[in-house]
Amino acid sequence: MKPFTYERAKSATDAAAAVARTPGARFIAGGTNLLDLMKLQIETPTHLVDVQDLGLDRIEPIDGGSGGLRIGAFVSNTTLAADERIRRDYGVLARALLAGASGQLRNKATTAGNLLQRTRCPYFYDTNQPCNKRAPGTGCSALTGYSRQLAVIGSSAACIATHPGDMAVAMRVLDATVETVKADGATRAVPIADFHRLPGTTPHVDTTLQAGELITAVTLPKPLGGTHIYHKVRDRASYAFALVSVAAVVQRDGSGRVAIGGIAHKPWRVEAAEQLLPRGAKAVARRLLAGAKPTRDNAFKVPLVERTLASVMADARGDA
Amino acid sequence: MKFDTPAGQNPIDQLKVVGKPTARVDGKLKTSGTAPYAYERHDVVANQAYGHMLGSAIAKGRITRMDTSAAKAAPGVLAIVTALDTPKVAKGRFNTASLFGGPKVEHYHQAIAVVVAESFEQARAAAAMIRVTYVKQPGRYDLAALAKSAKLVSASSDEGTAPPEVLRVGKFESAFAAAPVTVDATYTTPDESHAMMEPHATIAAWNGDKLTVWTSAQMVAWARSDLARTLRIKPENVRIDSPFIGGGFGAKLFVRADAVLAALGAKAAGRPVKLALSRPQIANNTVHRPATIQRIRLGATRDGTLTAIAHESTSGNLPGGSPETAQSQTRLLYAGANRLFALRLAELDLPEGNAMRAPGEAPGLMALEIAMDELAEKLGMDPVQLRIVNDTQVDPEKPDRPFSSRQLVECLRTGADKFGWSKRNARPASVRDGRFLVGMGMAAGFRNNLVVRSAARVRLDKDGVVTVETDMTDIGTGSYTVIAQTAAETMGVGLDRVKVMLGDSDFPASSGSGGQWGGNNSTAGVYAACMKLREAVATQLGFDASRAVFADGRVIAGDRSAALADAARDVALIAEDHIEYGDLDKQYQQSTFAGHFVEVGVDRFTGVTRVRRMLAVCAAGRILNPTTARSQVIGAMSMGVGAALMEELAVDTKRGFFVNHDLAGYEVPVHADIPHQDVIFLDETDNKSSPMKAKGVGELGLCGVAAAVANAIYNATGVRVREYPITLEKHLEKLPAVT
Repeated sequence: MKPFTYERAKSATDAAAAVARTPGARFIAGGTNLLDLMKLQIETPTHLVDVQDLGLDRIEPIDGGSGGLRIGAFVSNTTLAADERIRRDYGVLARALLAGASGQLRNKATTAGNLLQRTRCPYFYDTNQPCNKRAPGTGCSALTGYSRQLAVIGSSAACIATHPGDMAVAMRVLDATVETVKADGATRAVPIADFHRLPGTTPHVDTTLQAGELITAVTLPKPLGGTHIYHKVRDRASYAFALVSVAAVVQRDGSGRVAIGGIAHKPWRVEAAEQLLPRGAKAVARRLLAGAKPTRDNAFKVPLVERTLASVMADARGDA
Repeated sequence: MKFDTPAGQNPIDQLKVVGKPTARVDGKLKTSGTAPYAYERHDVVANQAYGHMLGSAIAKGRITRMDTSAAKAAPGVLAIVTALDTPKVAKGRFNTASLFGGPKVEHYHQAIAVVVAESFEQARAAAAMIRVTYVKQPGRYDLAALAKSAKLVSASSDEGTAPPEVLRVGKFESAFAAAPVTVDATYTTPDESHAMMEPHATIAAWNGDKLTVWTSAQMVAWARSDLARTLRIKPENVRIDSPFIGGGFGAKLFVRADAVLAALGAKAAGRPVKLALSRPQIANNTVHRPATIQRIRLGATRDGTLTAIAHESTSGNLPGGSPETAQSQTRLLYAGANRLFALRLAELDLPEGNAMRAPGEAPGLMALEIAMDELAEKLGMDPVQLRIVNDTQVDPEKPDRPFSSRQLVECLRTGADKFGWSKRNARPASVRDGRFLVGMGMAAGFRNNLVVRSAARVRLDKDGVVTVETDMTDIGTGSYTVIAQTAAETMGVGLDRVKVMLGDSDFPASSGSGGQWGGNNSTAGVYAACMKLREAVATQLGFDASRAVFADGRVIAGDRSAALADAARDVALIAEDHIEYGDLDKQYQQSTFAGHFVEVGVDRFTGVTRVRRMLAVCAAGRILNPTTARSQVIGAMSMGVGAALMEELAVDTKRGFFVNHDLAGYEVPVHADIPHQDVIFLDETDNKSSPMKAKGVGELGLCGVAAAVANAIYNATGVRVREYPITLEKHLEKLPAVT
């Protein structure tokens, strides 16, 4: 870990301004990912701006009675998963949160931090190895190396990393919106679909956030109803990243929404594929994964997506 | 005490303390966080500085330059020792690769420098500032590609004179060709990491030319001699202290880089140095269980009698390294007149392969016991019955050499009965429970019992307290407790009157912990010392030692009686002895046996396997403490689930290293993976093993488990997988279609 300076900001705008004016500065919330990466010198911030005092720790109804919820950026994963409104109206989100990490980590991890967690590609984690995400221009070791966990779609010749999270997959299926503030006080509302990037030629850039831009909240639109399912497929029963996960909201008529985790640099949702839900998992999967480029190690994810979709649809029908 | 004839009645047979379920005597220390583990021994020496290892960034090649200027100038740095600026350390007797490399690099993360600083963070940061220039050389990293060119090595344990050859009994080829029912299949097991909870860690301090290391070592005497050899100093100038060990599984059998670098760093800094390997360094810097490719051929008559058995195993290692002896159990587990065994070894430039819990047997049974399941299916025979039919009570290679005790058949019958094996549907893929395809599987378990010299010193003081000192280690197994039970039983006192001191090289040399030999041998050594102490007590009291009875803190002979403590009223009595063995292990094959039974559910959609219940029935001589023995076995069963379902060091065959080198990437089972586990110990004493009549049990619990899981998966799905671990992609596309 390299030496760094530290401050606790008093307002969201102050926090954004502090990061914007200090080269190499980063926000810190729960620190469950950033501190690990700092110990390994994968992240080497010179200055940390702590956002715990900004009052971003509430879950509130959205003004105007639209029926949605605003989740403060600093709300912990544990708090969010346990919230009565989330459990009742956004079950897919509560289930996704509880499928992630461990109880201890969920107590510390925050809503914004979870969105910003970095990939778990093993080459990203080994500073001796080339990695375009960690050290732009050095190359991608995973493309010619061990890639069982990595992306099968939306990847590039520069990077086949995945977004490792569960929460964002559920938020994607719920059409959440990420609210931000910048140093000058300007705010933005970024649809979750546009928040995470595909790697392209700049895989070191995970999201569309601008320098110094701070997440203040995530909003959820009014409840969708339907059956909420999060199915995470992994080698061990707990405390493991997804090989494939499916977040789904399925209505009684068989229509619905699905987003897939563990297969791309962002939660993977193709609205056109959802239209095929009444025709079954095979049709949906074929459309979802059109253009997939799996490696030898992770080719199994293609049939696994289809079979996990079939599982989720059977669960929704109540006949798994 | 020489043990060269079968044990008769002796004080251990009283079973007042030995054999009773007994909670760990050190349990309170462990559960309260006050057991002193190596890295936390802040009190043993003042002024401790922190060391951090720099590992090689390449797998094979040479270092041409190491620029330490920036690191030396970094805050808090006290000393830097690099591979290029220090005399080459020697190689230990037990190491294949040097523990301090350079300029030659033998494997990824081989230690090439140590940085000492005032704080851990400063040492780690400075280590990252050392600029190393390498010349890479091509390496050999792909076992499957190299298997064909692997060289034959001796498949017999009678090492020494004979050139390597295929081991034969009878005429395998013709018997196999003539057999009406055969199996010929190849199985693979991956490289595995020990993944013990406590990393390798050492505090080292010099006093003149005397070195003290507080470390985490399973074998204290080996650590002492090999650390001395590595540093080119006299063994008598090295003291090892290793009283508590947070798991080892073989990873800490031999001195590792933490001890060598802490010693070198302490010398350079002129201060005591503590150093732990970080988790991401362990997989590639230290040792692992080597991957295997095993071909098994079985031939049987239609009634299931084996007529031909061949087991050939190929593994890889660094030049000069050993093979994984995956054929070893097959030489002894089943009868069969015509036998063939071969071991082949390929040279690899991956990190050093070495012993991990039940080396040989664990991966060997993973293959053999699937092959037996395949044979049973071809025969249309129950897998339990197939094993019973082929039981042997003698060494199949030397029919005049019986087993000292062998209750494999009883293990299998008891297990089948208690598990409800008769309810198993032999037709695969025929049982469903909701989304799960359900199956049952079983396997035989086998692991040899090894006898090893072991010494101890015991002292009786005027308070009647018996203190045991031996360099035996407790790696989580319960050594403190079974040794205390042994001393209490032999001296006729309660456990509260016994104090056990372990892990210090100033104490008499014990068997140490490894190869499941620790429990039986170390307690036998303590028994020998206690029997000598009883003589001293009797002499002091003027009693006839041969007639004296030691019970309830008193010594009774005829109509005379005295408090045990009276013997030490004026001066403490001290006795030291060891157990050493004659040739009973040559006259008799000494082994331990188990029947493992497993039920799994395989998700019919995703192919994910979850274990639903497990049972192990073990026959392993006298069980000294059913509580700690059960803990050993259920821990081993959990490890077997890991081997079956998830554990694999992934090899980057281009760059030459284990990629998933942390606990996020190398998955071992968590609580949610482990269902209810049952363990049954058969009532057994083995009077040829030692005066304790006990045998090893800590590795037996692992042997066969993974194959039982694999066989249960086959029973659930009808898809046979022969490559471990059985992750979902190995059978996903062969599972029945879903919609």
